Amino acid sequence: MALTRVLEWLGRIYIWLLLAFLYLPIVIMALMSFNVSPFYQLPFEWTTRWYVALMGNDQLITATWNSIRIAVITTLISTVLGTAASLALYRYEFRGKKFLQALLFPPIAIPWLITGTAMLIFFFAIGIGRGLHAILLGHVALALPYVIVVVSARLQTFAPELEEAARSLGANQWQVTRRVTLPWIMPGVIAGGLFAFAVSFDQFVVSYFLSTPGQTTLPVEIYAAIRKGFTPEINAVSTVIIVVSMALMLLTARYFKFGGEK
Amino acid sequence: MAGQVGPGSRSGLRSAAPLLLPAYLWLTVAIFLPLSAMVFFSFMTDLPLSGKPWSFTLGNYATFFSQGLYATLLLASLRLGLEVTLWCVVIGYPAAYVLAKVLKGRSREAIFLLVILPFWSNGLVRIFSWAMVLREGGILDSVLNAVLPFRISIDLMYSYPAVIIGLVHSYVPYMVLTCFLTIQAIDDSLIEAGRSLGASRLQILKRVIIPLSMPGLIAGSALIFVPVVGSFMEPRILGGRTGTFYGTVIEDQFVAVFNWPLGAALSFILLAVVLIILAAVSPVLRRAA
Repeated sequence: MALTRVLEWLGRIYIWLLLAFLYLPIVIMALMSFNVSPFYQLPFEWTTRWYVALMGNDQLITATWNSIRIAVITTLISTVLGTAASLALYRYEFRGKKFLQALLFPPIAIPWLITGTAMLIFFFAIGIGRGLHAILLGHVALALPYVIVVVSARLQTFAPELEEAARSLGANQWQVTRRVTLPWIMPGVIAGGLFAFAVSFDQFVVSYFLSTPGQTTLPVEIYAAIRKGFTPEINAVSTVIIVVSMALMLLTARYFKFGGEK
Repeated sequence: MAGQVGPGSRSGLRSAAPLLLPAYLWLTVAIFLPLSAMVFFSFMTDLPLSGKPWSFTLGNYATFFSQGLYATLLLASLRLGLEVTLWCVVIGYPAAYVLAKVLKGRSREAIFLLVILPFWSNGLVRIFSWAMVLREGGILDSVLNAVLPFRISIDLMYSYPAVIIGLVHSYVPYMVLTCFLTIQAIDDSLIEAGRSLGASRLQILKRVIIPLSMPGLIAGSALIFVPVVGSFMEPRILGGRTGTFYGTVIEDQFVAVFNWPLGAALSFILLAVVLIILAAVSPVLRRAA
């Protein structure tokens, strides 16, 4: 079947074109962060001066630390609370369980613009206000559904007989959870945690509405900088972010197959 | 049964509650109460916090319906969502098919990961990266002028096409992912059966593959359409002055004009549109899951 082979090759070429479309802008942006010209002029001349400038930019450094701190705390809280909720949804049958599971989808599906502005209004109204604490409150809520979905998916592969067996051997509920269930679902928990980190670290929209001038995260700071004008310094910090988040996702992929295959 | 209690029993809820409460309390405080509060505020003349007197009003919604501007912008955003979704289908579906049925083994796994990877990297940064490519004197401009014998000026930056390109770039991995999952699940023997009965390639595509992968197409479309209608950062960065959409107007109400009640009403109208769309596709999504 000569035609089939030709079509298959065209398909392969097409995939590579798609990958080029996806990656070329990012690669070009990264290259420009190593180019001397502040106006992105060619020919290309290698420099690391924009990264050095980055080191001296206190505003960006502070925002970076804020982003990392919020992402780490978000990861810890949402992983613990999310795993607990997943266990409850897996173990127990009760009325309203379907409803509770359905409640996880609006936070994922509703555009962040709506969620973000709603949080801004509500937090303001009840006195929580804006700032890093408000951003943290929002990020955990955004990350929770992802953690629950991912951990629940892993729990589907768990054999409940194992818990029964441990229980019949005299283990109490806590021992069963710690010694039998948790070790089994650990890959799911780690993947959920990495998702939570990614959701928080890359979050722009919700942070944007909840931040105040002194208390911002890195994406909000970058947005403000972009709107003032493009500089290679933005390229440099963007390159760092892209490398970090892609590395993180590769790590997640080790624990969690996206294809749904085991 | 996994627990010691039977289904539907009340002690099931009693045992589950301590594990469930913290997570759902958090979701309530940070998502469900704010969404309800937004509806409430959208019927107010002013924020009760500012010290100014306030009362209930339908004025914010009247503004939406009486001033054609907002409805026009909502339509523009819906059109933007439709166009971006269509491009994602056109570009993403063939890619999903090749990934699911042509590529095999490790190369498939690696390429699949490469397609999905950018999706989880920073969206803002990826939109910014297109500015490097599209602006006058940018890469596209320079490369085309180096190759072509005549001089042309490519300045797509701050235009409608730029917004479309940026958004398609942001969301096409979603379409590839959802379509890949459904196409992959199609049994090869069905395709073989069609072929042995004398169906042409096009007929197999039209009669077997597309109908069976419809849930993936619809799921992907909903997952793309909804956030694009609510986008504001992408049109701001790539659209410049042409980039005024429904989302950017909502943003303005909160960060520039400070008319929060109107912003809440505009947000709520968008939420209603989004919920209608999600409700319409949810039977398909449930069947797919």
